[in-house]
Amino acid sequence: MTSRGPSEAGPRLRTQLLSYSVPALAVLGAFAIGAVMLAMLGANPFTGFWAMAKGAFGSGGALVETALKSTPLLLVGVGITIAFRASVINIGGEGQMVSGALASTIVALGMTDVPAAIALPLALGAGVVGGAIWGAIPGALKAYFGVNEILSTIMLNVVAVQAMNWLLRAPLIDPMEIERGTRIPQTARLPESTDLPLFVEGGRLHIGPVIAVLVAVLVYVLLWRTTSGYRLRAVGLSGDAARYAGMSVERNVVWALTLSGAMSGLAGSILVLGSEGHRMVTDGSTIGFTGSAGFNGIVTALFGGLHPLWTIPSSFLFGGLLVGAIALQRAAQVPTALVLALNGLVVLFVVSLDRYRRQVREREDRRISAIATSSTEDDESPKPLSREDDDDG
Amino acid sequence: MTQLLEMRGIVKRFPGVVANDRVDFDLRAGEVHTLLGENGAGKSTLMNILYGLYQPDEGDVLIEGSPTPITSPIEAINHGIGMVHQHFMLVPTLTVTENVAMGAVTSKRGRMNLRVVADRIRELSESHGLAVDPDAYIWQLSVGERQRVEIIRALYRDVKLLVLDEPTAVLTPGEVDHLFKILRQMAEAGRGLVFISHKLHEVLALSDRITVLRHGRVMGEVTAQEATRETLASMMVGRPVRLAPDKPPLEPGRARLTIRNLNVMGDRGLPALEDLNLSVREGEILGIAGVSGNGQRELAESIAGLRKPTSGEVEVDGTDITGSKPSVVRDAGLAYVPEERQRDGAIGAFSVSENLILVNHNQAPMSRKGFLRNGEIRQRSRQLVDEFSVVTPGLDVPASNLSGGNLQKLILARELSGSPSVLVASQPTRGVDIGAAEYIHDRLIEQRGSKSVAILLISEDLDEVLGLADRIAVIYEGRIVGEVDAEHADRQKIGLMMAGVSDTGD
Ligand SMILES: Nc1ncnc2c1ncn2[C@@H]1O[C@H](COP(=O)(O)OP(=O)(O)O)[C@@H](O)[C@H]1O
Ligand SMILES: [Mg+2]
Repeated sequence: MTSRGPSEAGPRLRTQLLSYSVPALAVLGAFAIGAVMLAMLGANPFTGFWAMAKGAFGSGGALVETALKSTPLLLVGVGITIAFRASVINIGGEGQMVSGALASTIVALGMTDVPAAIALPLALGAGVVGGAIWGAIPGALKAYFGVNEILSTIMLNVVAVQAMNWLLRAPLIDPMEIERGTRIPQTARLPESTDLPLFVEGGRLHIGPVIAVLVAVLVYVLLWRTTSGYRLRAVGLSGDAARYAGMSVERNVVWALTLSGAMSGLAGSILVLGSEGHRMVTDGSTIGFTGSAGFNGIVTALFGGLHPLWTIPSSFLFGGLLVGAIALQRAAQVPTALVLALNGLVVLFVVSLDRYRRQVREREDRRISAIATSSTEDDESPKPLSREDDDDG
Repeated sequence: MTQLLEMRGIVKRFPGVVANDRVDFDLRAGEVHTLLGENGAGKSTLMNILYGLYQPDEGDVLIEGSPTPITSPIEAINHGIGMVHQHFMLVPTLTVTENVAMGAVTSKRGRMNLRVVADRIRELSESHGLAVDPDAYIWQLSVGERQRVEIIRALYRDVKLLVLDEPTAVLTPGEVDHLFKILRQMAEAGRGLVFISHKLHEVLALSDRITVLRHGRVMGEVTAQEATRETLASMMVGRPVRLAPDKPPLEPGRARLTIRNLNVMGDRGLPALEDLNLSVREGEILGIAGVSGNGQRELAESIAGLRKPTSGEVEVDGTDITGSKPSVVRDAGLAYVPEERQRDGAIGAFSVSENLILVNHNQAPMSRKGFLRNGEIRQRSRQLVDEFSVVTPGLDVPASNLSGGNLQKLILARELSGSPSVLVASQPTRGVDIGAAEYIHDRLIEQRGSKSVAILLISEDLDEVLGLADRIAVIYEGRIVGEVDAEHADRQKIGLMMAGVSDTGD
């Protein structure tokens, strides 16, 4: 055996094709069911979906809206990816976004006379730290007290939202709101030095999406090119082997949730600093501020195969779904809830197809190793090293 | 002697493998015919076909001369075939009697009379020296006792032909001797026995005839008289094999691993090691012999920093590492080949090269300033894979694709790459094919020859310990019950010590 024969390349290729087609199949499946639902609601599915696609991707303005909607999804998504890779489940994206946004807001409010070159990085950094703390808490609870992170992150979501509602009603409220007596729970306009720069003066597109893509690339580098990411993945795949190798499982669990929270915190920060009103507002509801990005980010990450780079197109698709929903609603007169259902269907399909893909892959892997060992059985000097694969996951 | 069984040209394919490839096998009344072969050779598959668990793709089964397709275990039982499976098939929550009665034909008006069954069990157990309490629940029994229940069940059904699939894997040497006595008796009484094993000295001790399988094919059939361990091993592997590595004379240096009065708790909160003392010098292999579960795992783990001792001292190369973290112990110079290689020693989903840096990804040249250096890692991985003959389709395939032997070579390569001063190797060749085992043994001897490493070899395989170690310490219930020079080691005496009979002589 001197090179990888077709018998080996074959199955590999098949699994690879399968794994690439999973997202497409999931979307197709979800839309097929969505079409049935539209038809049952008395709307024409084709005009509906067409309106949706146009609303999301059909014009420059539409693309800008989609990019802006995608930004928090991407950031939360790569954060979720870090956690999942370390085998920690983070349902706390919502709370981490809120705490990041609050930290950003508080820091920004104190930056009245500071130049943008200092004020903006500080405000964004505060968001990162705020989110990181909100992730580190459940991390430490899990690592050192065995508290289930799913429960603790969900509970911390509630805490963060309540804290936000209180802070925006009392200590952080815009003094004008009290003067006028309207008492809308929102802060004053943040200093202009903390505004996210716009690409076109007077336009809507700020640098948030660019930051998010850069962060996604950095997370990729972190996970597959650094020792720290190597440890996170090792701990995620086998706590026993990681411990054997001298890694601290506890420390890595805390680190994973801290990083994960930091990403969501940055998402919250960008939401505030890039908002049209340049202030933090709450409508009192649990998802009023985040628009559910903390949850939708989980979907985005799963759809991206828990890979930071694939999460970029994934977030764009889900951002498009959310933006397109408004157009769909207008064209087909159906509730936006239908789009939420579509989101859910995509997830369902991804998860179930992924399971199938995994089974196929395991089967093929077994076949490959059978071929590999049998073709070298009579060989005294084995181990042909064949072509170099990509070394990411 | 009458021909009990003939299997002709049996072919059985599974996805990706031909488990049996035109296998011929026969059995006469009154003989023990052994099926010998490495893991995956197709031994269990062939016997599962005989027992009606699998259907052959091609070939015929003849019972006492007439072609007899067997499509279910019930039919097999009706033809007088019994099987003691590699993994016991007993219901733990039922009693011995209930288990024996299950599927048997002692029904009286549709209901089984359990008292009759129990009486018969007592009879059988007395006449065959198979001590078993019919009223005991299976979960209360040791593995050795469970096996006796399986054999009694077969005797109860009055089988003519009994298959035993790796029955000795779970027994102490003493239990093995006892089992062999019973099996010989059964053969003398005119039954035919198929014995499956990959342990050479056992095969030679028990069998009349031996059929060797390799990759599903019959490599040959020999009588026990004409066979030797070497010829059998060579047939199993398909090339000449040296079983005992040549060992240069011992030239030990200073002690590199010292253990004093070590006390350690087991997982269930009971003492697993009591006042254990050991010392291993560089250039020396100390073998720990013993039946598994006598504290070997706890010993290895407390040296490696994975288990905190309650008292005592462990020193690696002069550094007191008692109760230290695994990373500290490794820094002190320990390399560790763990017993559970799939669980602890490697990460199945990680690639071969990722596994090769598991314990030293933090060191130069694998990484610098927190960044992995993929070029260096590849180069080093390639070198280690070459140097240790790890058979793998590539550096980037998941380690779960490697066979047990190749995974173990990978782990050994990684552990030795750090130039350790102490190597703890736990069950280094358990479940590993002969070729890889031979290779691993050579490597251990080579390390011994480098005179810079103290090697602690923990193994349940007495042959391995006898072949490699310079000194042998026998562990029983958490204590070292005896220590002997390998040169003057007496297999029988060590076997007794392993069973807890302490050495009072000399
Ligand atoms: N049920 C099965 N499905 C697929 N492959 C199997 C199955 N049983 C055995 N094999 C394969 O057949 C080969 C022979 O296995 P087996 O008969 O268990 O070997 P042995 O008992 O000699 O160790 C191995 O490669 C094994 O992986
Ligand atoms: Mg078997």
